[in-house]
Amino acid sequence: MSAPALHVDNLRVQYGSLIAVDGVSFSAEAGTITAVLGPNGAGKTSTIEVCEGYRQRSGGEVRVLGLDPGASQRKLAERMGVMLQEGGVYPSARVIDVIGLFCALYGGREDPQQLLERVGLTERARSTWRRMSGGERQRLSLALALSARPDIAFLDEPTAGVDVDGRALIRSILRELADRGCCVVLATHELAEAERVADRAVVFDRGRLIASGSLDELRGTQRSIRFRLPGGTTAPDLAALAVPYRVEGDTVIVEDASNATTAALMAILDAHGIEPVDLRAGQSSLEDTFRRLTGGGHPGDEPS
Amino acid sequence: MKPLIAQLRTELLLVLRNGEQLLLTLGIPVLLLVFFSLVDVLPTGGEADAVNFLAPGILALAVMSTAMVSLGIGTGFERGYKVLKRLGATPLGRGRLLMAKIAAVVAVEVLQFAVLIPVAYALDWSPGRTNWFAAVGAVALGTIAFGGIGLLIAGRLRAEVNLGAQNGLYLVLLLLGGMIIPFAELPEFLRAVARVLPSGALADLTREALGGDGDRPGLSWIVLASWALVSPLAASRLFRWE
Repeated sequence: MSAPALHVDNLRVQYGSLIAVDGVSFSAEAGTITAVLGPNGAGKTSTIEVCEGYRQRSGGEVRVLGLDPGASQRKLAERMGVMLQEGGVYPSARVIDVIGLFCALYGGREDPQQLLERVGLTERARSTWRRMSGGERQRLSLALALSARPDIAFLDEPTAGVDVDGRALIRSILRELADRGCCVVLATHELAEAERVADRAVVFDRGRLIASGSLDELRGTQRSIRFRLPGGTTAPDLAALAVPYRVEGDTVIVEDASNATTAALMAILDAHGIEPVDLRAGQSSLEDTFRRLTGGGHPGDEPS
Repeated sequence: MKPLIAQLRTELLLVLRNGEQLLLTLGIPVLLLVFFSLVDVLPTGGEADAVNFLAPGILALAVMSTAMVSLGIGTGFERGYKVLKRLGATPLGRGRLLMAKIAAVVAVEVLQFAVLIPVAYALDWSPGRTNWFAAVGAVALGTIAFGGIGLLIAGRLRAEVNLGAQNGLYLVLLLLGGMIIPFAELPEFLRAVARVLPSGALADLTREALGGDGDRPGLSWIVLASWALVSPLAASRLFRWE
């Protein structure tokens, strides 16, 4: 069996007295898409920046394509695609010039015009970064990562600020990359996107890795009940169910769908005279799992 | 295209696309040279003396504009926009990025001299005794010294603060550097400061090389060489890439 494309073993990252990453271990295989999930300050970005060679680790071992990114960053850069969460592009340079530059830096493995077409920016070739929308900037950043024709790609929030069509395009590009054998590692706060595109996920919380596996493994056998409250009613107290639950607007999610919980829930609703709307029971979503694992923490909007 | 050539091409394209940088590196030196050569308001002697005094000083100013201010402001924004960070994850490497930036500075300086020297001659510049070898040496040292200062500031301050700092320093070094105002016209305590500034040393050396009218060229070589040693060293140790 070949070595994983990315192997992180007992990684520690410390800034002064602050321990940002504490003994994290996971791996990612070639040809797969791994989502790195976690709330703010969980240690995701610190971990990824160590893997990219941007940041020195305080302890542990990291191997990216068999290389130590701290010692062999230059060598690794030849085979690595990177997409920063924001920026990374000359604001006054034209799109075609930036893509042309990056293609040249990687020895002309990709054709700039074809890359432009692939990310849907042909019409914007003569525009500049500062005149582009958030979604267009994301697509340009992705094109720069693709210019390496990478064996491993670290992508930070690739779909942030991207419209529906753009998201579908980016998902298809990521899948193509993985199908070509690239190990795709994406950090994202958008759990629904992660659920649609990733094969596996690792979940960080407070500098530690609290779960990893395929999405089905992470969701496990956990099932939940969802229903909406009829207009004008407020959610009853469901503490008596003795299982986690939450109310999001007019939607109530109970993270257990056993017969006993279902019966108890219906009894409480009946006692309050509430007719649940759109009542469904099924496998927990990644978001349900994430909330359960992180104690209700939200993935948030800022990098950690 | 080789990575170094591709990066150099990008650096030059960005200079050409950036109107403020062109104004700073070419527009202001030409304007100062023409205006103060024709309008006798500076204490540089008569009209003929004015251009003879100003031309070497303006060449020194051109070096400072490009190697310190233009390079420093551009690099500061690249740092702020995480361009340097992103390029750090490509096969280019920091060494070749720096080489491309130096080559771009030299190319812009050649363009500046190609414009400024004919303009000065058109204004009746008659340098008399010239030592172009010494002039090129002084310009090379000045480029290194100012480049180090520009990168040092760019590598420590936020982009907007860096912009203000570079422009402020440009003005101070211009006024105290003997480029358009002779050392002799400065108050004595400022004169002592001016002599140890890189702008003062470079202007003195270009004036000595292009006309033999330097003030204290021996001291100026020592001062400029010291700046050319210390400022890049400080920049390399203190520069923050992000």
